[in-house]
Amino acid sequence: MSVIYVLWLRELRRYVRSRAQIVASLGQPLLYLLALGFGLGPVFQKAGQGSYVQFVAPGIIAMTVLFSSIFSGMGLLWDRQFGFLKETLVAPVPRIQVMLGRTLGGATVAVIQGLLVAVVAFVAGFRAVDLRSLPLALFFMALIASLFAALGTAIGSTIQNIQGFQLIMNFLVLPIFFLSGALYPLNNLPRVLGLITSIDPLAYGVDGMRTTLIGLSHFGLTADVAVLAVVAAALLGIGSYLFSKIEV
Amino acid sequence: MIRVENLVRKFGDFTAVDHISFQVGQGEIFAFLGPNGAGKTTTIKMLTTLLRPTSGTLQIDGLDPAAHPHEVRKRFGIVFQDPSLDQDMTAYENMELHGVFYHVPRKLRVERIELLLRLFELWERRNEQVKLFSGGMKRRLEIARGLLHTPKIVFLDEPTLGLDPQTRNQLWSHVKKLNQTEGVTVFLTTHYMDEADRVAQRIAIIDHGKIVAQGSPQELKQQTGKDSLEEAFLAFTGSTIRDESANVSHDQLKAMARMWGNRR
Ligand SMILES: Nc1ncnc2c1ncn2[C@@H]1O[C@H](COP(=O)(O)OP(=O)(O)OP(=O)(O)O)[C@@H](O)[C@H]1O
Ligand SMILES: [Mg+2]
Repeated sequence: MSVIYVLWLRELRRYVRSRAQIVASLGQPLLYLLALGFGLGPVFQKAGQGSYVQFVAPGIIAMTVLFSSIFSGMGLLWDRQFGFLKETLVAPVPRIQVMLGRTLGGATVAVIQGLLVAVVAFVAGFRAVDLRSLPLALFFMALIASLFAALGTAIGSTIQNIQGFQLIMNFLVLPIFFLSGALYPLNNLPRVLGLITSIDPLAYGVDGMRTTLIGLSHFGLTADVAVLAVVAAALLGIGSYLFSKIEV
Repeated sequence: MIRVENLVRKFGDFTAVDHISFQVGQGEIFAFLGPNGAGKTTTIKMLTTLLRPTSGTLQIDGLDPAAHPHEVRKRFGIVFQDPSLDQDMTAYENMELHGVFYHVPRKLRVERIELLLRLFELWERRNEQVKLFSGGMKRRLEIARGLLHTPKIVFLDEPTLGLDPQTRNQLWSHVKKLNQTEGVTVFLTTHYMDEADRVAQRIAIIDHGKIVAQGSPQELKQQTGKDSLEEAFLAFTGSTIRDESANVSHDQLKAMARMWGNRR
């Protein structure tokens, strides 16, 4: 049994065991989907943009994947707090394997969470325009999940206590989400906002999801995949490096 | 097996380990004793690749932990002073994960996990999550896990902390057996002097980061003219309680500074 596999399995086991947490972490996306979907729906429709639920669902799915993956990466903080991190750090296994196992586990959990929200979105009336593109949408979820799980690991390797968590949440995770265009269309944005958006990796994730699910594209699929893949690879590299430098 | 020369570790401007030197021979049981805050755990962290020395040289089985961490990690097992279990996993899963980490072949792993969990009376509760365990049970699991693979060196940092006398006996007889049958080198710390007296072949006493005495339990008693190791220990280290509270606000500041990296 390889180290990567057992650490991946560990993340999944922890996920399955934390039922209360699963429910809690689905609450927020549901609220966004239902409150915004039905609340803003009429305005959106009047502006001639069609159904808002249809528009926002891919964004909410991407959001779920974002939060879930980045937090699972930062689960490292808890492992540090409870001491388990030491056990993994003295083990005679390359730290890159430890990092990969955790990150892939976190990414898998994030994709599962995203799929759960997708099911709820379906119940709420969301319909993908072309079923053949579903595998591609799943691929985008996996890319987003890997990218942000790696980012979470990088952050978790750098900050050493839970207080830093709130800071990361307010000054990194929420901006990534709100500036990604998950909730609004990216066309006709003010210049500055458009610029900021174009350096937000999640924007490409949301765009990819939206292209594959409802056929609405902003950057183009090639750009989406390229940006996500490059940033994910870079963050995996940075995350592995920072992880290999951890001291306790 | 372990060779330490002029080892220093500073935290900011505080020197936790101050130019210590000692050696532990192959197959020896070595006790590293000292009052709270003396620098025992810090030394163990440097020996086990968890912390880089500020200066000085270190060798484990001829290798420098800072330069060859992976090779060094293959050679030791450790029971930490602080908790290091995965609380969300069961006792069995914790053991299994450790076995995989240390490349214990499957069949042997299954056998040894059962043996150790029975030895430390955790077998009946192997499928319970660790967070439901009592303090002593968690401690027993940490020890069982640390002994799952058979390394060349075992570090035991206050392994008997919070354990009942039965389990302590169990632990030390097992450790002695490992030492005799497999030739495992043992590096231990404890605050129970009778344990050190009974188990250790050689002892070093550290105080305020400096080594103040070294020798066999017998020699230490002779040097101070005392009958028990406890009295000898007090003669070497004085009887005042170590006031760590003076350090608290300083430590908190340091902890905050450390929040953002600064990982020397
Ligand atoms: N990460 C750290 N940052 C700042 N100071 C530290 C750090 N780790 C340890 N110290 C300080 O170094 C000194 C030695 O600590 P250490 O944990 O090595 O003591 P010890 O001998 O193991 O004591 P005990 O018997 O209480 O376990 C203490 O004063 C402690 O406050
Ligand atoms: Mg200690």
